[in-house]
Formats: sequence, C-alpha cells, structure tokens
Amino acid sequence: MTRYLSRRLLLSLITLWLLATIVFVITNVLPSDVGRTILGPFAPQESVDAMNQRLGTDRALIVQYADMLRRLVTLDFGQSFVSQQDVLPQILGAVGRSAKLAGLALLITIPISIVAGLYAGRRRDSKRDRAIVLLGVTSSSIPEFITGTILVVVVGVQLKLLPVLATPPANADILTQVRYLLMPATAMAIVYFGYIARMTRSGTIDVLQSDYTRTATMKGLTTSQTMRRHVLRNALIPTVAVIAVQIGYLFGGIIAVEKIFNYNGMGATMLFAAQHKDLPMLTAGVIVIGIVYMLATLGSDLITAWMNPRIRLDA
Amino acid sequence: MVDVVVTPQSIAPSPVGPVEASERSKARRETIRLLLRRPAFIIGNIIIFGWIICAVLGTRITPYDPFNDFARGHLPPSPEHWFGTDRLGRDVLSRVMVGSRDVLIIAPLAALLGVMAGTLLGLIMGYYRGAVDDVLSRIVEAFLALPVILVALLTLVVLGTSPIVVIGVVGILFTPIVARTVRSAVLTERQLDYVTAAKLRGESGLFILSREIFPNVLGPTVVEMTVRFGYAIFTVATLSFLGVGLQPPSPDWGLSVSQEYTNMIGGIWWSTLFPALAIASTVVAVNLIADSLQSVLNE
Repeated sequence: MTRYLSRRLLLSLITLWLLATIVFVITNVLPSDVGRTILGPFAPQESVDAMNQRLGTDRALIVQYADMLRRLVTLDFGQSFVSQQDVLPQILGAVGRSAKLAGLALLITIPISIVAGLYAGRRRDSKRDRAIVLLGVTSSSIPEFITGTILVVVVGVQLKLLPVLATPPANADILTQVRYLLMPATAMAIVYFGYIARMTRSGTIDVLQSDYTRTATMKGLTTSQTMRRHVLRNALIPTVAVIAVQIGYLFGGIIAVEKIFNYNGMGATMLFAAQHKDLPMLTAGVIVIGIVYMLATLGSDLITAWMNPRIRLDA
Repeated sequence: MVDVVVTPQSIAPSPVGPVEASERSKARRETIRLLLRRPAFIIGNIIIFGWIICAVLGTRITPYDPFNDFARGHLPPSPEHWFGTDRLGRDVLSRVMVGSRDVLIIAPLAALLGVMAGTLLGLIMGYYRGAVDDVLSRIVEAFLALPVILVALLTLVVLGTSPIVVIGVVGILFTPIVARTVRSAVLTERQLDYVTAAKLRGESGLFILSREIFPNVLGPTVVEMTVRFGYAIFTVATLSFLGVGLQPPSPDWGLSVSQEYTNMIGGIWWSTLFPALAIASTVVAVNLIADSLQSVLNE
C-alpha cells in the first residue's frame, strides 16, 4: 500500500508540474507581448514597458519559467492587477464559497444517480432501463446555464418557489443558505446525473455478468445479499472514479452557473479576472483548480484501492 | 495475333477483393438498417436537419429581418411575434432561426480538429508504446486535469476572441480526450493476429497504422466524432454565454442568452428561454445520434 501511495503521489506531482507548464505556455509564450495583450492596442508604449517590467515578462522566457516554478513551490501567485492584493487569499475564499455550491450539487446528484444506475443496470434493456439511459443522455448534454435559465423561468419567476439569486443575506442560517443555493445546485446536479448514472449502470452490468456474482448466487445467497456484499462494492468502483473526474469539470461549469445566479464564488472571480485581463488571478485560479482536481482523483484512487485489494496489492 | 480472352480473373486483381468489398458494404447496410430502427437516431437527425435548413436558408425563411427590423422592445409572444421581441425590438423567432448558423460551423470544425489530432496521437501512443507513450500519456493526463471552460477562457483572454481562436482552443482541448479513447482501442487491436502477420510480412509501422489498424478503430473514432460534436456545441455555447465566444451582432444562441438573461427576473422570459431551448434541442439531438451510433457499433 505504501508503494502504491508513493507511486501515485509522484505521478500527481508530475501532472501538476505539466499543468503549470501548459498554463505558462498559454500566458507567457503564446502572446508575443504580454503587456500589450493586457493593456490593448491603443496603450502608449511606456505603459506597456512598465507593465512588462512589473510582471517580469521583459525577461528571457527561461528565466520567467524558472521563476514560475519557484513561485509554484512556495505557493506565491503574486498580486491581482485590480485589487492590488495577494491573489491566493481571494481565490481560497472564492473556492470555499464555490465548494458550498458544488458540494450541495454532489449531495443532490450522487444518491439519485447511483440508485438510478443500479436500478437500470439490473433491468438491462427493459423499457425502464432505456428510459433512464435516455434521461441520462439528455440531462448530461444540456449546458448548466441552459438548465439554470429554464429553472429560473419556471421555478423562480413563474412559480416563485425559490429565490432567483444565489447569494443569501449576511449571517443567514444554514437552511436559508441551502434555500438560496438550491436552484443553482440543481442546475449543476442535472448535468452530472447522466455521467454518474451511466457509469453505475455499466459497472452494475459488468459485475452481474462476472463469475463471482454467479458463484454467490449459486451458493444460495439471496438477491439482496448478493447485491449488498458483491455487486454494490464492485459496481461503484468506476463510479467513484467518474465522480472525482467530474470535480475538476465542476469548476468549469460553475462559472456559467454563478453568472446566471449572480453568486460570488470561484466562477465569478475568474470571469471578473477575465474581463479585466487580470492574468495573475486567472493563472492562480487555473492552478488551484488543478490542485483540487489532483487531490480529488488521488482521493478517489485511494478509495478505489481500499474497495478493491487487487489494485493496491498489484502496484 | 493472340485473342484477348476476358476472364473474370483478369478483371478482378484478386478473387478476394470484390467479395471483401461486398461483405463490407453488406455490414455497412446492416449498421444503417439497425440505426434506422432506433427512434432516438431518427428524432436526433430530424432536429439537426431542421437547424441546418434554418442555417442555410437563413433570412429567406425568417418571418422578419433578424438584424435590422426594430419593433417595440420586449413585446411578449403574440400572433405577430410568436417568440416575442428582444430588448431592441428584433423578432426572437427570426433570430433563433438564424442563430444556428455560427455554432453549426464552429462546433463541427472544432470537433473535427480535436478528433483528427487526437486520433493521430492515439494511434502513435497505442502502437509504439514505450517512452513515447509514457511521456504523451503524462501530458494527456495533465490536460485532463484542466477544466476545459476555464482554460478556454484564459486562452481567449490572452489571444483575443475570434471564431478561429475558438475553433483552435476547443479543438486542442478535445485532442487529449480523443487520444485516450483511440489509444485504448489501438491497444486491443495491436495484439491481434492480423497486426502480427503484417509485421512478419515486413510492413512499415506507418503502413500498419494507416492501412491495418486505423480502419479497425474507425468505429470508435466515428462515435468519438459525434460525441465531440455535441461537447463542442456545449462548450462554444457556454463560451459565448461568458462573453468570450461569438460577439455581437451575431444572433448566436449562447450570446442571446447572455444578453437577455438579466431580464428574466423582471418576467421577460421569452427572449432568453427560446434561444436556450434551441441550444438544448441541438445538443440533445447530437447526443441521441451519438448514443445510437455507439450502441449499434458495439453490438
């Protein structure tokens, strides 16, 4: 297990380094003049030079790259152009607020999708199975901002059931906060339903066809015993992996949802930074989300290894 | 003088050729027959075909000029304006009909770019394995850790937004995902006897990849193409909604939602809801087609 863990950690670090390099290529190598890109075509040359000096983008690329790596290790992401304050605390605060929204979305979607996937997988190719598959394909193909829009029109404006803006009043208790976050979280939950339900379904189908399930049935276990002891545990392995992968994706989709519902989380922070060409903020945001994704996949791999001894003993 | 006798053998270069071809077209007909039996596939195609007609005929079939015909702003749906009017008084139905145009050009091109680059990469990684595969797999992994929308946002801010940049960014971000799918398909193929036979015949790696393995992974590649097309519409629409995709005065659906959604709270829902439903219908249609293809080709 220790060997598996250390190998897995090393791979995560390599991925993180590559991720930072990709971001560096986008922000520092692709534009021919970073200062000009930020200030626009009509800014005087002196301001552009000053901006390049301030960002350090007047130096050789290799020096910039080394500097970027040093700052990555020390978690120093510089200051925002707009607020003139350190980027990291602002991003961490925003990630926290987004995590509330994303967490609620996962809390809604995970149980429903797993139950639907198991139900469909056990009734493979029946009418109900096809209905669930079709619902999954439909729900996961519609962008969050579209489901969000439809929810606002129907639930918020016509039926007036839930608030149309996601930011709760200051010092609101937890129930009020949930009430405000319920609609945006549902918009996100609908997209993930399709992925998670589909994964659980195909996992269930695979396990039901396996030899150990047949053995369990033949040695006389009841259906519910087989499901609990053998099927559930193994069928959920691919599901755990897909949930972790979705956590990275979640932070992409959340940008549009936060815009629709006017919620001040990571998405709104990134969008504001994009509108003001606040490169330090954007770069740090992408890397922090990359780290969150790495931790999520690491966590899911550990859960998978714990669920399935073949994986942890193999490596 | 020798009589030229035309025998069947002299027409066909080898007796296997025509038989193989007819088998293949038979298999293709069988696939199409299976597809046509699926209602999801037919419904998906009807919707996409409808939007293509709107995109091609454009202003020739819209009830009003979608750009320059200004009635009163935000008129609710009525017999004159079925979908109402937007904030500038333009007919929403006409704009929704023409709005399919940009996304139906940009999304397929982005998907095509991603699938072509990804297939090439996947073939190389899966066939050569070894160090090339290890290094490329790490890079693919790193790309997968990046949220597509966020990186597209960053790149479009840096490079400036234009349809070409949108196609390039979305295509490149899709490449690693396609590469991973194709790679795993190649991994199963390369162990099969026909690849060993080709190697023993002394064929070059390029020949084996392009003429032996590629035709056999075409199925997953076609599925990947339709799936990516759906995601490309999804991504381009979201980018337009965020303000870094298509720019005004384009009647693009995502852009229309972005310009009108703040009015929803005031009860003006039509100018947002109809373009939103148009996007939903298109992505769902593409995914219905992709899903049918996937299950028919896997059978």
